[in-house]
Amino acid sequence: MPTGIITVSYIAATILFILALGGLSNQETSRRGNLYGITGMTIALLATILGLVTANYNILIGGVIIGGIIGLVLARKVEMTQMPELVAILHSLVGIAAVLVGYANFMDPASHFSGVEKTIHDVETYLGILIGAVTFTGSVIAFGKLSARITSKPLLLPARHWLNLILLISVIWLCFDFLDQSAAGSGIVPLSIMTAIALVFGIHMVMAIGGADMPVVISMLNSYSGWAAAATGFMLNNDLLIVTGALVGSSGAILSYIMCRAMNRKFLAVIAGGFGTSGGVPAGSTEEAGEVISINAEEAANLLADASEVMIIPGYGMAVAQAQHIVYEITRILREKGVNVRFGIHPVAGRMPGHMNVLLAEAKVPYDIVFEMDEINEDFPDIDVSVVIGANDIVNPSAQEVPDSPIAGMPVLECWKGKTTIVLKRSMATGYAGVDNPLFYKENTRMLFGDAKDSLENVLAILHS
Amino acid sequence: MKISVPSEIYAGEKRVATTPDVTAQLIKLGFTVAVESGAGLSANFSDAAYESAGAEIIHDTKSIWSTGDIILKVRAPEYNNELGVDEVDLMHEGQTLISFIWPAQNESLMKRLAAKKITVLAMDSVPRISRAQKLDALSSMANIAGYRAVVESASQFGRFFTGQITAAGKIPPAKVMVIGAGVAGLAAIGAAKSLGAIVRAFDTRPEVKEQVESMDAEFLELDFKEEGSGEGGYAKVMSEEFIKAEMALFAEQAKDVDIIITTALIPGKPAPELITEDMVKSMKDGSVIVDLAAEQGGNCKLTEPNQVVRKYGVTIIGYTDLPSRLPTQSSQLYATNIRHLLSDMCPEKNGEINVDMEDEVIRGTTVIKNGEITWPPPAPKLSAAPKQAPAKAPVLVKEEPKKPSVLSLLIPFIVGGLVLFGLGLVAPPSFMQHFTVFVLACFVGYMVIWNVTPALHTPLMSVTNAISSIIIIGALIQISSEVKVIMILAGISILITSINIFGGFAVTQRMLQMFRK
Repeated sequence: MPTGIITVSYIAATILFILALGGLSNQETSRRGNLYGITGMTIALLATILGLVTANYNILIGGVIIGGIIGLVLARKVEMTQMPELVAILHSLVGIAAVLVGYANFMDPASHFSGVEKTIHDVETYLGILIGAVTFTGSVIAFGKLSARITSKPLLLPARHWLNLILLISVIWLCFDFLDQSAAGSGIVPLSIMTAIALVFGIHMVMAIGGADMPVVISMLNSYSGWAAAATGFMLNNDLLIVTGALVGSSGAILSYIMCRAMNRKFLAVIAGGFGTSGGVPAGSTEEAGEVISINAEEAANLLADASEVMIIPGYGMAVAQAQHIVYEITRILREKGVNVRFGIHPVAGRMPGHMNVLLAEAKVPYDIVFEMDEINEDFPDIDVSVVIGANDIVNPSAQEVPDSPIAGMPVLECWKGKTTIVLKRSMATGYAGVDNPLFYKENTRMLFGDAKDSLENVLAILHS
Repeated sequence: MKISVPSEIYAGEKRVATTPDVTAQLIKLGFTVAVESGAGLSANFSDAAYESAGAEIIHDTKSIWSTGDIILKVRAPEYNNELGVDEVDLMHEGQTLISFIWPAQNESLMKRLAAKKITVLAMDSVPRISRAQKLDALSSMANIAGYRAVVESASQFGRFFTGQITAAGKIPPAKVMVIGAGVAGLAAIGAAKSLGAIVRAFDTRPEVKEQVESMDAEFLELDFKEEGSGEGGYAKVMSEEFIKAEMALFAEQAKDVDIIITTALIPGKPAPELITEDMVKSMKDGSVIVDLAAEQGGNCKLTEPNQVVRKYGVTIIGYTDLPSRLPTQSSQLYATNIRHLLSDMCPEKNGEINVDMEDEVIRGTTVIKNGEITWPPPAPKLSAAPKQAPAKAPVLVKEEPKKPSVLSLLIPFIVGGLVLFGLGLVAPPSFMQHFTVFVLACFVGYMVIWNVTPALHTPLMSVTNAISSIIIIGALIQISSEVKVIMILAGISILITSINIFGGFAVTQRMLQMFRK
C-alpha cells in the first residue's frame, strides 16, 4: 500500500476522532460521535495492518481477538457505579502499552538515528516510557482506591515532598546518563532504573490523594495517558499518534482544571495530596452546633408529595447505596402528580467527572431534567423541597459563609435557600473535607437518617399508597 | 414516674395539658399517665379516649394533685373555689409542675411554689433559641391566636374577605393590616391571605420583611432607619421620632384598611399604644380591630380586655383567650410541646426525668428547682434571627480579585517563547514538523473539549481512553520485527490496547444509549 494512502487514512482518522469528541457537546449528537470514533479507529488500524505489517499476522489477530473479547465483556458487565474503576484500569492499560512500545522501539535494531536526531529520539523514548509507567501504576492505585481494595484515605509519608523531589531529580539525572549510554549503543540499565522509579512515583502520587479528590486524579491520569500516546507518536514519527495523544491529553487537562475549580483547589495542592493537613480545622468555632431536626420516611414523603418544585442533589453516597433506581421511581411518581422534579449536579459529585449523570441516565432519568450546578443554583429560592442524597461538602454553606473554612470559596449548591431541605445521611459524620456542615443545623433542614436506599424505599412505599 | 393531668379550673379555659395521642407517646417514654375525669371534655377529648390511650382516669381532684410526680397544667395554679383550697396547697415536696407560670407577673405565686419545695418548669420561659423551637409553647399559642384573630374578625366583618366579580356586581377584597409580624402576626397574615384579603404588615424589625413578603403580603416600610431587634428576637422600644413616623403611617393606613390586627408586644412592658382614638374614628364604618395585646393593655386605646365593643362604628375585639377558643388545636400543640420537653429530660426513655441545669433549654425553662427560685435565667446569647453575621461573611470571601500585573501575564509568554526559540535552534526540521502538529492538536483539543457538556464527562473519559489506545499503531509497526523480544512485547501491547479499544468504545456506546429524554 502506498505511503500516501496510509497518510490519507491517518488524516481521515484524525478528523473522525475530533468529530467524535465534538459530538459529545450534546446528548443528541453524542452517539453519532462515538460511531465516528469507531470508524476512525477502524480506518487507522486497517491502513496500518494492510500497509505496514508484513509478518506475524497470527499473533496480531490473536491479540486483537482476545483483547477485543475481554474488552467487550468488561464493557458489557460493568455496573455504572463502577465506571470510575473501569476507566482507571483502562488508563493503566494505555500506560503499560506505552511502556512496552517504548521498550520495543528502543530495542529495535532497525532504528537508525544519529546526532541531534538520535538525542531527540532517545528523549522521546525516555519520556514516553516515563509517562506511561507513571500512568500505569497511578491508574492501578486509583483503581484499587475506587474499588475499595485500597483504603481511600490519603497515605501521607512524613517527607513525601522531599521524596518526590528526589525521585524527580534522579529521573532527570538518569535521562542524561541514558543519553550518554545510548549514544554508545547501550542504555538499558538507566532506562530500567528510571522505569522502576516512575512506577514507584505513580504509586506514591496516587496513594497520597484522598477519595473525594479522585475526580481530579482520574482526569489527570486520563490526560497522562494522552501525553504518553503523544510521546510515543514523536518517538515513532507518527502524526496520528501525536494528534490523538494531544487531543486526549488536553481533554484530561481541561477536565482536571474543571474539577479543581469546582473544589476551589489548586491543581498542585491536589496532586501534593492530603486535605486540610496544614493548619487544624477550626471545628465549631463558626457556628454553635445546633440541634438537627430529624424526620422519618413518612414525613419526608409528605413533604415531597406536597411540594410543587423538588430538587434532588445526588452525591457519591447515592452511588454507594445503589439508590439511583429508587430515586428515579420516586421522581416518576412525583412527576405524575405534577411535581416539577429536577436534579442538580455538582461538578465533583461522585468519583469522576459526570459520574452522577451516567448513574441517573442508567436509572432512566431523562437528561433534560438533570442540570449542572451553574444552571440551577439561581433557582433554589423557588424550590419547595431539596433532597440531598449522600452528599455533604457540595452543599456546605460554610464555603460561602465562613471565610477561614478549608472549603471557603468552593462553589456549592445553595439548597438552604429553598424552603425545605431533606438530607439523607447515615450519621452525623463530616464529609471528605472534615468540615462540619452547618446545613444540617439550619432551621429549614430535615435529617432523614439511615441507609439512603432503605430510606428512599420507605419513602417510595408511602408515596405509592 | 407518674404524670398527673388535672382539669383546668380557670373560668372559660377550655384547653387541657395533654391529649390522648400524646398520652400514648408519654407512655412510650416510660411514664404512667393519670388524667382527671372530664379534663379534656371541653377540648373534645373524652375520658374514654384517654383511657384507650393507656391513661388512668381519676375522679378525685385532690388525689390527682397529690399522687402525680409530674403535674401538667396549662394555667398556673390558682385558688379552687369549688374545693375551697389553693392548687398550690394540693402539691407536696418533690413534685414537678409544668405549666404556664409568668414568673415576672406572679411573684407571690412563685414564692408559694418555692415554699412547697417543688420543681417548676414554666412553659412561658422556654429560651428562644432554635434548638428549643419544638417546645416553644408561646409560639404554638401565638400561632393559634393569630389564626383565630382573623376568624374572629371575619365573623364580625360584614363583607367577604375575598374579592369576586359576580352577576350581581363586583365585590372588592377586604384590606387587612397586621401590626407586628411575630409568630402571631405571621399566622394572621397567612390566614387572612388564604381567605383572599389584601394583606399589609408592619414590624419594627427589618429582618421580618422577607418573611412577610414570602407570604405574599406587602411589607409597610417607614422612610426612617432604626433597628428594632431586641434581645432574643423580640422587639424593643423605639425612639420618639420613629414612633412619630410609625403613627403617621398607621393613621394613613387606618383610613384605607377594613381590618386591623395588632400583635405588638415588648417583653416586660405594657403594650405600646399604636391605634389612637382618632384613628379609630377615621376608619370606615363596619371595620374591625382585633387587639391581641389586650391582656397587656392593648395596642388600641379603646380596647376593653375580654370584650367585643363597638365604637365609632368600628368593632374592637379584645379577647385574651384566643388560643382557648380553638381548644382542640391548642391542647394538641401544647401537649406536644410538653412531650418534647419531657423527652428531652428523659433521654433514656425510662420514665425518669432529669432536670439538667447544664442544658441551656432546661435551665431557662426551670424557674424553681427543689424550692429554690432559679428565675430569671442567665440571658440567652443568641438572637432568634442571627442574620446579621452571616450576611456580612460572604463579603469577606469575595476579596477583590488581584489584577494580575502585566509582568506576571507576560512571564509565561516569555518563558514559552524562549523554550520554543531554544528548541528551534537545536531541533531538526522533521521534529519541528511533528511539533507543529502537536501544538495545533493541543489547541484543537482545547477548543473541542470546552464544548463538551458536563453531563457527558464520563463518556468523554471513556472515549478518549479508547482513542488514546491508538498507541496500538506503535505495536502494529513493531509486530513484524524479526527480533523475538520485540515481537512478544508488541504482541502483548496489541492484546492490551485491544482490550482498551473495544472496551472503551463499547462502554461509551452503552452509556450514551442510556441518555434519553
